[in-house]
Amino acid sequence: MNFEFSQEQQMLKDSVARFVQDEYGFEARNKIVAKQAGFSQENWNKFAELGWLSIPFSEALGGFGGGPVDIMMVMEEFGKGLVAEPFVATVLMFGGLLDRGNDDELKEELIAKIIEGQLQGAVAFAEPQSRFELADIATTAVANGSGFILNGRKSLVLNAMSADKLIVSARVTGEQFDEDGIGLFILDASTAGVERTSLRLMDGQVVATIDFDNAQAQAICEVGDGLALLKAMSETVMMAQSAEAVGIMQKLNATTIEYVKTRKQFGVAIGSFQALQHRMVDMFAACEQAKSMVYRAVCIAEDGRPDLEVTKNIAALKVKAGQSGRLIGSEAMQLHGGMGMTDELDVGHFAKRLMMLNMSFGDMDYHQQKFIEMSKSA
Amino acid sequence: MDINYSEQDLAFRDEVREFLVEAWTAEHAAEARVPGQFKPVHVAWEKRLHAKGWVAPGWPVEHGGTGWSPTQSYIFETERAAVGAPDVSPFGLKMVGPVICSFGSEEQKKHFLPRIRNNDDWWCQGYSETGAGSDLASLQTKAVRDGDDYIINGAKIWTTYAQHADWMFCLVRTNSECKPQQGISFILIDMTSPGITVRPIYTIDGEHHLNEVIFDDVRVPVENRIGEENKGWTYAKSLLAHERTAIAGVADSKRHLADIKVLASKEVNAGKAMIDDPAFLQRLSDIEIELMALEYTELRVLDSMAKGNGPGTESSLLKLKGTEIQQRLQELRIDLAGYHGAMVQEDLSTAQLGHSFGDAARRGYMFGRAATIYGGSDEVQKNITAKYVLGL
Repeated sequence: MNFEFSQEQQMLKDSVARFVQDEYGFEARNKIVAKQAGFSQENWNKFAELGWLSIPFSEALGGFGGGPVDIMMVMEEFGKGLVAEPFVATVLMFGGLLDRGNDDELKEELIAKIIEGQLQGAVAFAEPQSRFELADIATTAVANGSGFILNGRKSLVLNAMSADKLIVSARVTGEQFDEDGIGLFILDASTAGVERTSLRLMDGQVVATIDFDNAQAQAICEVGDGLALLKAMSETVMMAQSAEAVGIMQKLNATTIEYVKTRKQFGVAIGSFQALQHRMVDMFAACEQAKSMVYRAVCIAEDGRPDLEVTKNIAALKVKAGQSGRLIGSEAMQLHGGMGMTDELDVGHFAKRLMMLNMSFGDMDYHQQKFIEMSKSA
Repeated sequence: MDINYSEQDLAFRDEVREFLVEAWTAEHAAEARVPGQFKPVHVAWEKRLHAKGWVAPGWPVEHGGTGWSPTQSYIFETERAAVGAPDVSPFGLKMVGPVICSFGSEEQKKHFLPRIRNNDDWWCQGYSETGAGSDLASLQTKAVRDGDDYIINGAKIWTTYAQHADWMFCLVRTNSECKPQQGISFILIDMTSPGITVRPIYTIDGEHHLNEVIFDDVRVPVENRIGEENKGWTYAKSLLAHERTAIAGVADSKRHLADIKVLASKEVNAGKAMIDDPAFLQRLSDIEIELMALEYTELRVLDSMAKGNGPGTESSLLKLKGTEIQQRLQELRIDLAGYHGAMVQEDLSTAQLGHSFGDAARRGYMFGRAATIYGGSDEVQKNITAKYVLGL
């Protein structure tokens, strides 16, 4: 038993923390998010230089060969600065699917470009009707020579407006909810028959709705493996984003404690009131519990335990991170009073990001149901 | 104990329903859904209420009140909310109006009350300051006598819709040499007076509801003071009790709950409607039961008021539970919207719901956070209840 980080991991954590502290003050962050792309190309280049874009990829592909624990290090620190660069969308989602696919030549070429910071990617998996079900796919793929023709609509595609290439989940055979018959297909974002409509999410991210009208693409995995690959990728992302959530919770708790120590009402600092102290203890406990659940999930995943155990732990993590995030987000706003309601203060922005993270790949209610089903047998 | 409607009550209910058919149509509802239309929508709606004589039901009859029984007030509120018509904007009709009725001079009553009923003036509330939030009595905006005028210096914050306001009712310090509560006066300020600056504060829903209002040597005639000098705290507290009772919003929460059930029957996960999802139903029913109880708590308060009591400290309980339910409903609604609850602009991808509610759910959820802060935060309501109700 050992929860200490390796020297290498600690150095990685420190270097991300330093970047956030130096480059990602709240004002600087707002300027970055206000850009049309919603992030800074300069920062992206810096991530490439520092080797962060190579973390999850194997050494054979030119990567760092890192696992869930290394990703956790980075994401927790990113959370503290509300870092807007598309690390999750390009590296963990797009790169993660490509890496798990079977086109070795393409993988080698594109992952090298991701690592160098030369390629942006996006994964189009959600559909207008799909809510949180990865298998609810109405988009179709029909074989056409060596490739496939895509038709359908995908919603809320992260990083789609900046992406050079897209990976799309589409149905080759079967009915709308069937787990079989799903493939993953790659194409240039500029391909004829791809139309992207941009919108912003409440945390400032730029996303798109994408319509595919007879767009030509090629498969990155066997038809039928699509859903398993999506699920594996989503688990990596859920662990990463829960670590980000814990970073945000730590930041919100620290900010709130600082505020109640300085804010005076009735002639004293409001932090001297026991009623508020106890609530901040609850916020602290919620954060620590979420952090423990992140540790538990990443350790079990890194240990290569059976899929069901990993999946069950990640479902539990989503529930805990969702509950703790909601408590801490709303309590931080409440304890800041009117100031917590303002767009000018960072507190509301952290709380909104926590709401986004809760939704990502299924919210806490969704995962609690999954957990209950898995708990019946194990 | 009798909870049945009398013949007259049933006749009144029919009259309310008949009125609402014309007064709140689908077109009115569509206008109200456009963000930023708060003022024009309210002014038009309140003028229709005024034409019917129903704009100020809580006021004394001699000043234009309706003299409704608690049951009639309950019927009106329930029917109004059921068709989605808004409550009146509170600042004139529910806040300063009742204060002028109780404590204003004859001249003030004659001048202001008809104008409030007719919506000639839009009012805002000058209470909070940067250093005086929960501790409202520590407010520092000063009013100094100069002949027949007060000269006002200082700043108010969180002033809702001050950008639309013609008048502000305002708490100012007229004596600093005594207990904070005893040196406050309640005055009415013409917002066109020289020396007033209104600065916007944008909130986390991205909208402009709130403002900072700065006073730089603003002259206000002494005749605009309500009641006696340095007695403003008493008037302010009576207003706060009215405000808190109004914030509970039981009838509107019932409407929101019913709306959520309709949305949940349309929103589908893996082919199953959310209204059939056990976890969702558990949360929905928890809130519904709490609301059923609060409806009767409110009726008990209304009944007690009709017998000549309050609204007093029990309004704190109404506000605490009412805003808790509002926030839980908003939370349920944004969870129901799934990914669509994160979108900042209306988008075609929500078309499968028949109508888009993701954006509205987000706005409602984000601005709804303020309900446990304004009108006296939850923490202040609990302090009031502990002190004045439990005697601790």
